[in-house]
Amino acid sequence: MAFDVQKIRTDFPILHRTVNGYPLVYLDNAATSQKPQVVIDSIVDYYSKHNANIHRGVHSLSQEATDAYEAARKKIQEHFNIKHSHEVIFTSGATHSINLVANGFSSILKQGDEVIVSALEHHSNIVPWQMLCERTGAILKVIPMSEEGVLLLSEYESLLSKKTKLVFVNHISNALGTINPIETIIKKAHTVGAAVLIDGAQSCSHIKPDLQQLDADFYVTSAHKMCGPTGVGILYGKEQWLNKLPPYQGGGEMIKEVTFEKTTYAALPHKFEAGTPNIAGGIAFGAAIDYLNSIGFEAIGVYEKELLDYATQELLKIEGLKIYGTGVEKTSVISFNIEGIHPYDIGTIVDKLGIAVRTGHHCAQPIMDFYEIPGTVRASFAFYNTKEEVDSLVAAVKKARLMLT
Amino acid sequence: MTIEAIQEELIDEFSLFDDWMQKYEYMIDLGKSLPLIDPSLKTDDRLIKGCQSKVWLHSELENDKVVFTADSDAIITKGIVAILIRVFSNQKPEDIVAANTDFIDEIGLKEHLSPTRANGLVSMVKQMKLYAIAYQTQLKN
Repeated sequence: MAFDVQKIRTDFPILHRTVNGYPLVYLDNAATSQKPQVVIDSIVDYYSKHNANIHRGVHSLSQEATDAYEAARKKIQEHFNIKHSHEVIFTSGATHSINLVANGFSSILKQGDEVIVSALEHHSNIVPWQMLCERTGAILKVIPMSEEGVLLLSEYESLLSKKTKLVFVNHISNALGTINPIETIIKKAHTVGAAVLIDGAQSCSHIKPDLQQLDADFYVTSAHKMCGPTGVGILYGKEQWLNKLPPYQGGGEMIKEVTFEKTTYAALPHKFEAGTPNIAGGIAFGAAIDYLNSIGFEAIGVYEKELLDYATQELLKIEGLKIYGTGVEKTSVISFNIEGIHPYDIGTIVDKLGIAVRTGHHCAQPIMDFYEIPGTVRASFAFYNTKEEVDSLVAAVKKARLMLT
Repeated sequence: MTIEAIQEELIDEFSLFDDWMQKYEYMIDLGKSLPLIDPSLKTDDRLIKGCQSKVWLHSELENDKVVFTADSDAIITKGIVAILIRVFSNQKPEDIVAANTDFIDEIGLKEHLSPTRANGLVSMVKQMKLYAIAYQTQLKN
């Protein structure tokens, strides 16, 4: 079946509104994706018909809610091809997941151990590890990148040693769109016995990863990047790693037995799920995964590549426009500047024309420092965007350029 | 002119524009005409925090009045700074402290007051008022 973007757009109520008197052109998908009606409905349905606390109640409503929540965990397990459903930990999002792992490694790392991060990371995949290093005396090493925004694998290899305990990289850079060769990165790390955490926040809406085949030790992502709600995400960890890490937060749900002398912890996944979780969010995450799979990741990939190629070609026709992140392997993210114009000015003008782009450092200041720029304008496309919207963006940027020079 | 009179003048000027584009073109022109801050004063301690673009604000007391100069690396931000300088520069500290800023809304730049707008208009006004408070105290002693 042909990819029918107009039909897909009818699934997203927000895409039919106007902004500043113009039809909304939403090109900030790397920040968060829009939500289809089925996901919105699943939240309404949960609160209208099934709301109860989960895992503990013997009453029917509680069982319904528990079943729906655990069914979502199952869906996530299948989607990412995870071996056991108890290796899927519900969290509030990718940042929470990373902090959970970084906290756990506090009791594993020793002074002088090394951990490796990439130059392409979001602050959320830098700061928790810096804090971990401060607590443990471990040393943070950085895989450098090329002018094209591509990680230098030979440099990575030279950083690896028996001292390396952890490597954490994103699958896709949020600021530039570069797809990192995570399969190679994982393989190389394993040769020295280091564990690898993959931040999938930017890739999960574009690529369906097979976590068993990839052999990642940890994988984190947020539901809101893949048409799901905000405030919910997952940590995947291999069973042996999750058993090794101590609990992150204490509270209800994560215990086996509590006395004032000693508490024993629940088995996976509950050991890491203290307190009442975002039940509606978890269920809606499941609905979002069903929705994306009904469209199909292969079709999404092909269509987004078309949009990326078209937008790249059209934007480059604008005088003085420079794109940052020009690696061969990239997703539908275009980070750019126009010579002599501040990205903030461009963002302000195109917003007046109803176009939502992101401006600034995209929570990746080290990348901006590398290019010696204050920030970029970032247009990030999803499968529900159209070529006509790319044309609107190009026209708006041209107008902004005229006004600002 | 008093702060209030200047604010009225700005409201009149901005009411002439039919659409946002003319308004922004005017702000961009104002930005371009902003007397630049002395480059030696573009130091980190004069940077206003909370802006996506950089804004340097410098103040001096001349004849019991506060004189502001500023610069920004973004042109629309510079236009906003130019408007604020027109309103608040060459005014007595107590008048700056007491002034309200409803005119920003009235000239149709309300969107720049939202906390998500990282252009720091709110921070700029706050910083100007803080300088005024400092001079007010200095003059009293």
